[in-house]
Amino acid sequence: MKDKKTLTFMLMDAPFENARTTTAMRLIDIAARRGYDINVFAYEGAVYLPFAAQKQHANAVHGHDVVQEDHPLPREWVEAVVQEAAKNGGRVDWVNCGLCVDERGAVDTVAGVRRGSPADFWKMATSSDNTLVIATK
Amino acid sequence: MTDYLMIESRDPFDSGDVANFLVLAEGLSKAGNRVTLFLVQNGVLPARHGVRSAQLAALAGNGVEVLADSFSLQERGISANRLLPGVKAAPLETVVDRLAGGCKALWH
Repeated sequence: MKDKKTLTFMLMDAPFENARTTTAMRLIDIAARRGYDINVFAYEGAVYLPFAAQKQHANAVHGHDVVQEDHPLPREWVEAVVQEAAKNGGRVDWVNCGLCVDERGAVDTVAGVRRGSPADFWKMATSSDNTLVIATK
Repeated sequence: MTDYLMIESRDPFDSGDVANFLVLAEGLSKAGNRVTLFLVQNGVLPARHGVRSAQLAALAGNGVEVLADSFSLQERGISANRLLPGVKAAPLETVVDRLAGGCKALWH
């Protein structure tokens, strides 16, 4: 692809807590639809974004069962952007900070996620066309 | 001249840092750089007329391109015709465009 770009994103927010996660995944999705190569370095609570044990739940307050509630799961978003990028000729290299994973026990992830260190973020940033750090508040 | 993309995600009522971020945008622009301020999430709230809109309106009138994420506006029920003069609705694709183009990007 002539206009193929490589973008790196650093994410720091844990899932289910902040709109930054949604915006970050929207940005990654746009890049994936363009077939860009995408690097994601998940730091701190963001290592839970691809956590495999996330489960949908019912909402008794609203009277919804699991299906009706259809609660969104970030691990599915991660899987979706990995697949979308591949479909369009790009790829997502998603690296979870290993120390952050160990601290939180967030070892089990969806496919396409690997373990790394902040050194990987440096390598990603230096080999990318651009980098966006979406820090916690 | 350097191209800057400054992304503001915070509401000035929620974070006093927003004013400092806008001062930074103003300073970069006055130094001869091309600056785009992209408002997203609750960062779009001062794009309407309001008590915390003056600083944003001044930026938009002084050479800073001020864009507001159309999805964030829609989520908050803010129609494009309620935006301050000089503030334009734009899709989030704009951010990816600018990143791909090599803008120096800063998220707040």
